Amino acid sequence: MTTRHPGRSIMLTSGLALALAAVAVPFYWLAVGATHSSRELFDSPPPLLPGGHLAENLATLQETADFGRVVLNSLGIALVYTLLAGTVCTLAGYGFATYRFRGREALFGLLMLGLVVPAQITLVPLFKMMAELQWLDTYQAVIAPNLALPFGIFLMRQSMAALPAELLDSGRMDGCGEFRLLWRVALPPMRPALAALALFLFLYQWNDFIWPLIVLRDDSTFTIPVALASLQGLDETDYGAILAGTAVAAVPMAVVFLALQRHFVSGLLAGAVKE
Amino acid sequence: MTQAAAPAAGRSLPAGPAPAAGRPRRRRGRAAPYLFVLPAVLLFAVFKLYPIGWSFLLSLHRTVGGTETFVGADNYVRLADDPLFWTALRNTGVILVVQVPLMLALATALAVALDSTLLRGRPVFRLGFFLPMVTGLVAYGIVFSVLLNKDYGLVNWLLGLLGADPVPWLTDPLWARISLGLALTWHYTGYNAVILLARLQTVPRELYDAAAVDGAGALGAFRHVTLPGLRPALLLTTVLSTIGTLQLFDEPFVLTGGGPDNATLTIGVYLYQNAFKYFDFGYASAVAYALTVLVGLLGLIQFRLLGEKT
Repeated sequence: MTTRHPGRSIMLTSGLALALAAVAVPFYWLAVGATHSSRELFDSPPPLLPGGHLAENLATLQETADFGRVVLNSLGIALVYTLLAGTVCTLAGYGFATYRFRGREALFGLLMLGLVVPAQITLVPLFKMMAELQWLDTYQAVIAPNLALPFGIFLMRQSMAALPAELLDSGRMDGCGEFRLLWRVALPPMRPALAALALFLFLYQWNDFIWPLIVLRDDSTFTIPVALASLQGLDETDYGAILAGTAVAAVPMAVVFLALQRHFVSGLLAGAVKE
Repeated sequence: MTQAAAPAAGRSLPAGPAPAAGRPRRRRGRAAPYLFVLPAVLLFAVFKLYPIGWSFLLSLHRTVGGTETFVGADNYVRLADDPLFWTALRNTGVILVVQVPLMLALATALAVALDSTLLRGRPVFRLGFFLPMVTGLVAYGIVFSVLLNKDYGLVNWLLGLLGADPVPWLTDPLWARISLGLALTWHYTGYNAVILLARLQTVPRELYDAAAVDGAGALGAFRHVTLPGLRPALLLTTVLSTIGTLQLFDEPFVLTGGGPDNATLTIGVYLYQNAFKYFDFGYASAVAYALTVLVGLLGLIQFRLLGEKT
């Protein structure tokens, strides 16, 4: 095909390359903005190439928002969340995928309700609950409410359904208990699915905004998105510093995503295509 | 080959008649599935189901200065007469009717292009178009708000080079809506395209060959082979985009704060303002319930419209 239409192939490929370039503009401009001072940013003409102000911007960020602490908050919350939610979702996905038991469909259906019901409906009661527990301004307030993430459970059930029943049965024949069976027999071939789940959960928590914004009020507990939004609301906004912080938030995610992208995309699609 | 494989296969099978998948397992395994799903079900009940019920109770109360009085359906009556709620509803509806179809059309075109055998370097493109999805909402909201700044932004400077007057991207009601739509399209088109592409790759090539034999051109093949094949994925992306749009909060909150003149006030932003700016929890809960009913209704309608024949 390709050899018969070299002209059309070049046209299509260059057309898409142009579209991709347009999509990449905000990324490129983030790199430019993060490395210029606020004053340079608003020069005319605006800077088009990366500058040399990154270190200064980060220093400003550290001074005005204790940004090192903020990054550690984000990292800690996202890591603990990934570990706990990953465990909850994997256990549930395994249970729903490999056993038949009374109430299975009803329970699974109930959990999937969470995919359809808008998250906003729980914001107010959850906030009141956190206030009563005296959990406001704590990490557990950010982490606990979303541990049983419906999408994560869905993802794991889809992936675990591919486990051959004979594999599990032969493990039982060898005298494996049910929990050891999961650990020793079921999980090892599930590594790609687990990678996809971990990446999804980490991304979700790292970028989550409205819930941390509501329960974190003390700036020493802020996560990156909350801190950035609060800086943007100031009267005298230092955009160079904010963009440097935005880059700090975005670059690690892009790198991790590029490293694990094959698992991520196929994992996300496991549920999307098979119905 | 066959001989070597046979004993290996035999070893992995149980000696007796193999229990059919799904038959009740032995007694010691009976409690196991419940233990596996228990943490998820418990957490879900405490942090999702219970608040959903509580939210309904709250919506029947009025919150004044931290005390709650039962007012029955008053909040819902107030909702029906609240011009701001209708503005938020209309804004959300405009995004739903204008931005979502445009984005999905763009995503379909992108998926077809990515699926084409004429395309070189497909993995790079697939990855590149997906990348915006990884960027946090706050992060890209901030980048867009600086790019689109009326006086100093890069976009207006580029337009200026072409001789155009500066565009009030974020300060004029109409342009603010367009900017919000642009930001949303930038963020989600690639994601939708990847979902559509995955489905497209399951459409058998023979169908295209058959269409070509029947004398169908490129457009005919698209109408009679591509679109029907994409139907389930289109339904999925439509429903996902609808739910996402109805709940829209982060982008308008960061990009425009709901303004100017409430032009980008969405139901999500309005709910947030009522709950956490005015601390009117009862009214905010009524807004949330109205939103939920809307999501449910629209989801049902879309399933009926797009889901038939599949």
